[in-house]
Amino acid sequence: MRVLFKTDYNQDIKFAKHSGYVFWYALLLAAVFLAPAVLDTYWVNELTRVLIYALAGLGLMVVTGFTGQVSLGHAAFMAIGAYTHAFLLTQGVPFIFSLPIAALTSGVVGLMIAIPASRMTGLYLTIASLAFAIVVEDVVIHWESVTGGNRGMVVDPPALFGYEIFEAWEYYYVVLVLLIMAIALVLNILRSPLGRSMLAVRDSEVSAQSLGIRVARTKVLAFLLSAMITGLAGGLFAHFIQFLSPETFGILLSIQLLLMIVVGGLGTVHGAIFGAFLIGLLEASISILKDLLPPAIGTQPGLEPGLFGLILVLFIIFEPEGVYGRWVKFRTFLESFPFYRRNTFKRQRSYLKTERMR
Amino acid sequence: MSFFEIENLSLSFGGVKAVDDASFAMEKGEVFTIVGPNGAGKSTIFNMISSFYAPSHGTIRFKGADITDARADEIARIGIARTFQNIELFEHSTVLQNLLIGREIHNRLPVLRQLFFDPGVRRAELAHRRKVEDVIDFLELAHYRDERIANLPYGVRKKIELGRALCVEPELLLLDEPASGLNPEETEDMGFWIDDIKNDLGISVLMIEHDMSLVNEVSDRVMALNNGRVIAEGSAQEVQNHPDVVAAYLGGAA
Repeated sequence: MRVLFKTDYNQDIKFAKHSGYVFWYALLLAAVFLAPAVLDTYWVNELTRVLIYALAGLGLMVVTGFTGQVSLGHAAFMAIGAYTHAFLLTQGVPFIFSLPIAALTSGVVGLMIAIPASRMTGLYLTIASLAFAIVVEDVVIHWESVTGGNRGMVVDPPALFGYEIFEAWEYYYVVLVLLIMAIALVLNILRSPLGRSMLAVRDSEVSAQSLGIRVARTKVLAFLLSAMITGLAGGLFAHFIQFLSPETFGILLSIQLLLMIVVGGLGTVHGAIFGAFLIGLLEASISILKDLLPPAIGTQPGLEPGLFGLILVLFIIFEPEGVYGRWVKFRTFLESFPFYRRNTFKRQRSYLKTERMR
Repeated sequence: MSFFEIENLSLSFGGVKAVDDASFAMEKGEVFTIVGPNGAGKSTIFNMISSFYAPSHGTIRFKGADITDARADEIARIGIARTFQNIELFEHSTVLQNLLIGREIHNRLPVLRQLFFDPGVRRAELAHRRKVEDVIDFLELAHYRDERIANLPYGVRKKIELGRALCVEPELLLLDEPASGLNPEETEDMGFWIDDIKNDLGISVLMIEHDMSLVNEVSDRVMALNNGRVIAEGSAQEVQNHPDVVAAYLGGAA
């Protein structure tokens, strides 16, 4: 078992808390960078999909995992990112400008939603976000001059400085680099006052306020950042699927994103990544399962959402801290091997909270 | 002009007068205690000072300025920090993170700089850490530093909440039943800390407390409240022996 001897405040601020981090994350980085060299195109594509999901999930994590505002409308931000990006490309805006503009547009819409939404809490906010997603879907269907409506919209392959990216592995690297940058950004948020305010708002709005945290402002900022990251994922997703149609960004995608971060582990960056891998894996296995099952069951249209829902419910009941929580327990078991106690992570009785002000 | 005063403060919920025309004034460097039976309106006064409730009548003044209409998040910036009766800590964060959140009002960095965590942000973070470590030393919290709140016992949480309020570096500290749920030993410690907060840190304390041994030990002045009305004010002894106070607790013709 590793005992950290702290001699410097910077030790808590650094990304790598000890040499173990450096080693394992360097190994992981090497693995993801070398992956296209050993995998065939199909798997590189699957991996790209997972990374884009991870990026979108990371965005949702900022608002739901860190700030505690459950959003069922994040597919709408992906749609806004994807359609803005695709539209700008048809207008001749280069990829490197169009992608940030798409993220920014999504962020601005997020901001506009957040200003009224920051006055809502819990279930009401969730329903409002769901309504927002439906509105965005309708706008996409009816604004045919920009989105192509129900006919859909073809997305050209991305071009970086005049070099067109056709190969799967090339695009994989584009996505990977952007994901790593987004992760660094989110980790920076977490170690700075803004991130702490978000966690404070999530855990107790009353005491956050009494400590001088502007609750509404924190929620709005969280929505802005979240919508930008998810919008960026949307822009990348546009190239990945190459053809945009309104039903791509429906309620199922929103549920999938929420499922990802809950199953992965709410409130952690790891959770978004783990969740994306799990969902990616699940999608692949469901399509295999469909072939194996008798056609009467295998061809049912509700099979996928049904299974997603089931998994979500099972995780909420048996492992609310998600895959990441499970992994932390497993790691603690290994580190403290003969001495691990089953109740190490058992939740203690929680004490009465001060009467809520509403 | 008093350091902190409330004047003719009233608040009714529907037909219930939770606080009825309450007034008091406290001076800088004082420990002022409010006592009274359950439902007397003590916490309601605190919640009005914190701007969680808006009084239906009356004013709250701090260092001469009217703060009755200040927003809830401005109160800490004005220089008033508080603890809660039933502990409102950030359960899923560590002790250190909880204390760092107490530094919020001293953070002036724009969001964009925080996103990129430039060297200035790091310097500010280190300065906050040094301040927080002072509080950790003061309250002897060192070996809980990296524990998550959810794993800590009640008495320690009480101490951490006090520490978090001290990280704000307030001029006035509101303590809502600092000794509730503590054992006699912990209560005695709490008494020493309140003394130290007053004498060493120079912070004035406004406190609600039921434990009379603690009240007697630390209070400079005591005020008794019943049914939202002030019924007695003076030294701890005077208030305890006041016939109206005895009647409020024990019943009787008063």
